[in-house]
Amino acid sequence: MYPQAEIAQLVTDRFVPVRVHVKKDADEFQRLGGMFDAQWTPTTLVIDPPSTERHRIEGFLPKDDFASQLALGLGKAAFGRGAFEEAERTFEDVIRNYPQTDAAPEAQYWAGVSRYKATGNASALADTTKRFKERYADSTWAKKASVWG
Amino acid sequence: MAEQIRWSNDFNAALRTAQQAGKPILLDFSAAPM
Repeated sequence: MYPQAEIAQLVTDRFVPVRVHVKKDADEFQRLGGMFDAQWTPTTLVIDPPSTERHRIEGFLPKDDFASQLALGLGKAAFGRGAFEEAERTFEDVIRNYPQTDAAPEAQYWAGVSRYKATGNASALADTTKRFKERYADSTWAKKASVWG
Repeated sequence: MAEQIRWSNDFNAALRTAQQAGKPILLDFSAAPM
């Protein structure tokens, strides 16, 4: 995943990357693995300092799926910090850039929530329900958004 | 040529960098060949 230029650029630009190897860094793997409940590799976490987990990716994913999950994690990090407008933009980027991935319907859900949190306007949620009728209607996230319509 | 990721294995140092840079940490638990 990481040798891909797009992934490397995304990681370098948007994250502080830390790698803990199960054998080479065995003590740190045990310490941090215990702290974050990582019991399998690859496990990739998006963490806001000092130790708030925003997103978790477990197992291998192809390039676009992995990139979309990283971008989703950035959106969740912004959301978690209360930067709701930034979060909405980031989630919309996921939908636009990786529309065929599993991250896209989740991003569509959280984009609606972010807009609602940013504006306080409940129409953002109703609009999200409508949006799911047009795209990703069969997704789990469409079911979750169905109560807003 | 694509930029290589400069991985750190010092989580505590990365925490300080992340706070200063306003970026999240990407913590990768790996078993990939080194």
